[in-house]
Amino acid sequence: MKSSSRKVDGVTIVDLSGRITLGEGSVVLRDTVKDLSSQGDKKILLNLGDVTYIDSSGIGELVSAYTSVRNAGGELKLLNLTKKVHDLLQITKLYTVFDISDDEASAIASFSR
Amino acid sequence: MNATRVSYTLESTLASVNKAEQAATELAAKSGFDEDESGRIAMAVREASVNAVLHGNHYDPTKRVTIAFEVTADALTVSVRDEGQGLDPANVPDPLAPENLLKQSGRGIFLIRAFMDEIRFRALSPGTEITMVKFVRGADRDGSKEATQ
Repeated sequence: MKSSSRKVDGVTIVDLSGRITLGEGSVVLRDTVKDLSSQGDKKILLNLGDVTYIDSSGIGELVSAYTSVRNAGGELKLLNLTKKVHDLLQITKLYTVFDISDDEASAIASFSR
Repeated sequence: MNATRVSYTLESTLASVNKAEQAATELAAKSGFDEDESGRIAMAVREASVNAVLHGNHYDPTKRVTIAFEVTADALTVSVRDEGQGLDPANVPDPLAPENLLKQSGRGIFLIRAFMDEIRFRALSPGTEITMVKFVRGADRDGSKEATQ
């Protein structure tokens, strides 16, 4: 999995691509969010538009990222879910936990100022 | 159609998990499942293999994981066997319960149940075997084809 981040209007957007699975992307995701949190970034938007596959470990990593950012007083939201990832979050009832958007501009605007 | 059987005895590594997932994807497609269904079957096999390698065998290099596929006209049956301490499926917490919703792990068996039509556990000595069945659409559930007019 690849990960790169950019900042728009105070929101850190992390563009992820590839697979988020045990031993592959889940470590990259964990390290990325950890690094951003340690830099003091509190508004994080994970762009999953190019994430082709996610397994239960990847789902667990998303949940862990969400709770760790929230516990540090920040917000972590999701952008551009593929149908597969959308379906997985729906059946695991996490669709209602995460703040999810299909539009980057409105997702950025939704973060508290 | 005669049954086709393929089995792999693999090391307790993540490479084995990927191999199992790949084999499941290929066999599911050959069995006539569409891309979405093949993806769900492959994910179920991946989750069962992760459980075997990680939670069953704890990556122990002396322990093996055995994955067996059986393809018939009616169904794809996959068994994943580990050599671990055993698993009591009754003790697996419900990942949809409010107190478990934000837990990092514990969704693998739930996803297997969601994606496959039948799932059975068998205690071995030592180890656990999980058998998962996905029926080809139109086939009935007793192993015989529906009567044709």
